[in-house]
Amino acid sequence: MTDTNGIPEVIRAEHLSKGFGPVSALTDVNLYVRRGEILGLIGDNGAGKSTLIKILTGFHQPDGGQILFDGEPVHLRSVVHARSLGIETVFQDLALINDLPVYLNMHLSKELVHRPLPFLRRREMRRRAREALDSIGINIPSVTAEVGLLSGGQRQAIAVARAVYSSAKLLLLDEPLAAMGAKESTLILKLLAQLKARGDIAIILIAHNYSQVVDVCDRVNLLQHGEITFDKPTRDTSVTELLDLVHAEYRLNQP
Amino acid sequence: MNFLLRLMRVKELSIVLVTIVAAIYFTASSSGFNTVGNYQTIAQELAPWAIIAAGEVMLLICGEIDLSAGHVYALTPFVMMLFSVNGAPLFLAVIGAVLVATLIGVINGLIRTVLTLPSFITTLGMAFFLQGMTLIISDARPVAAPTDHWVVEVFGGARWSELLWVLVIVALMQVVLSATRFGVYTQATGGNPLGAAESGIRTNRVKITNFAITSTFAGIGGILQGIRVGSIDPTNGGFNYMFFAVAAAVIGGTALLGGSGTVIGAFLGALLLAMVKIGFNVVGISAIAFNVVLGVAILVAMTLNAGLIMARARLGSRSLT
Repeated sequence: MTDTNGIPEVIRAEHLSKGFGPVSALTDVNLYVRRGEILGLIGDNGAGKSTLIKILTGFHQPDGGQILFDGEPVHLRSVVHARSLGIETVFQDLALINDLPVYLNMHLSKELVHRPLPFLRRREMRRRAREALDSIGINIPSVTAEVGLLSGGQRQAIAVARAVYSSAKLLLLDEPLAAMGAKESTLILKLLAQLKARGDIAIILIAHNYSQVVDVCDRVNLLQHGEITFDKPTRDTSVTELLDLVHAEYRLNQP
Repeated sequence: MNFLLRLMRVKELSIVLVTIVAAIYFTASSSGFNTVGNYQTIAQELAPWAIIAAGEVMLLICGEIDLSAGHVYALTPFVMMLFSVNGAPLFLAVIGAVLVATLIGVINGLIRTVLTLPSFITTLGMAFFLQGMTLIISDARPVAAPTDHWVVEVFGGARWSELLWVLVIVALMQVVLSATRFGVYTQATGGNPLGAAESGIRTNRVKITNFAITSTFAGIGGILQGIRVGSIDPTNGGFNYMFFAVAAAVIGGTALLGGSGTVIGAFLGALLLAMVKIGFNVVGISAIAFNVVLGVAILVAMTLNAGLIMARARLGSRSLT
């Protein structure tokens, strides 16, 4: 499936719904991302952003609706299945193992092993991890350092690098800039700009900081009460408009 | 600084040092300590703890514990006798009994993961159940172990065969832990359960497998000891052996909350405990004092480990900036 510019869509969700018991998190979600595009996904706390991400990554299964990946309908059975298609996720908690070194974290559940005896190829994994980090300009002192010893920004960068390194077609980032200082945010934003420049990957970025969304994203979607209620290129919108949209319903003296 | 850093990364460092110091002390204190006969006594003492600990360490690292391992240890040789008395060739009786032990571990794992009961409760219930079953099967009486058979020689009859089994199992599990994907998954499952699951690791499968491993080794340990001693006793094993195994693992540097630890560390912990216990006898210190030493050793080991982890973190971050 391609749009008018001939750039193919990597993923399209149609009428997705999902409930947890009596609580309905998503009611009717429609969204798409094109290759080389960064889509900003915003919405108030509890709007269902994380639920949506977890469906797109195979962690939850939707109750209704369908997902097209590369134009084909897919049923994402599990995280492993989604990954095998090229959908990589950086979760809010980063899914890093503090006691393990950087290079093992970068290969988590994709470790390289010898044949026929399935022993870990530690040296090769160290080499590839270093290469992958270098190639996207992340500066980590040593790939053998335990991840728990690194700073928040470095950990986030490793989580992103791990996703990119697995030749992802679609990268899902769940609030990568939350709880991060200005210097560290800049590191991640630069990294995203670099990934965009490569042009071969689609990114969905969940964020709370709208000025960062406007800076780095191509298009922005607002998730409200389990539906996408707003979809505009970032050049046609502004931080003020986004703030207004999100907070409108809570304004005290509504007309 | 670099050398110091690397040395501190060796997790078993403190336990190795303490073991060496203890060995020197006992050797200097008594001529009876450094003899082949005494080595054998120490080996017999440490074998059950070390063999249970080899599995228990894996469980502790992935964030679980098996309180029933000592009772699997007691039950399995009786299952072997049950098969044997009912006509199974001895070798098949051993295999069958070990498979029953494995099955008990799988059941522990399934209760833990499918019913999501905490492993502490799951295996506590299993422990009492197995204790009762052992008393029923044995009629609360010891029985004579089989003799005069090649299987007997292999499984504990020959002089060093019990220790040999322990060493092979410890080496095997250390390789599994540090050189295979399953070892990485075990550490990841304990270190960050949600993160491991999000990365695509099947954490429940990892846990069930480690429950099965622990139970299997406990079963083998019970058979080895029963055959070596020549008598199978329903009061063998139990919570006592299981907690000694856990103590050995903790003294050997395993984090009780999961994420890190080594099989060799647990073996060294068992060696140290056995050496101190036998050493007290040889030197002539009352064996009554042993539990005092054990208690202090556990507390000191935990404190040292906590201190070491903090020191490593400080050194680590300094070298990284």
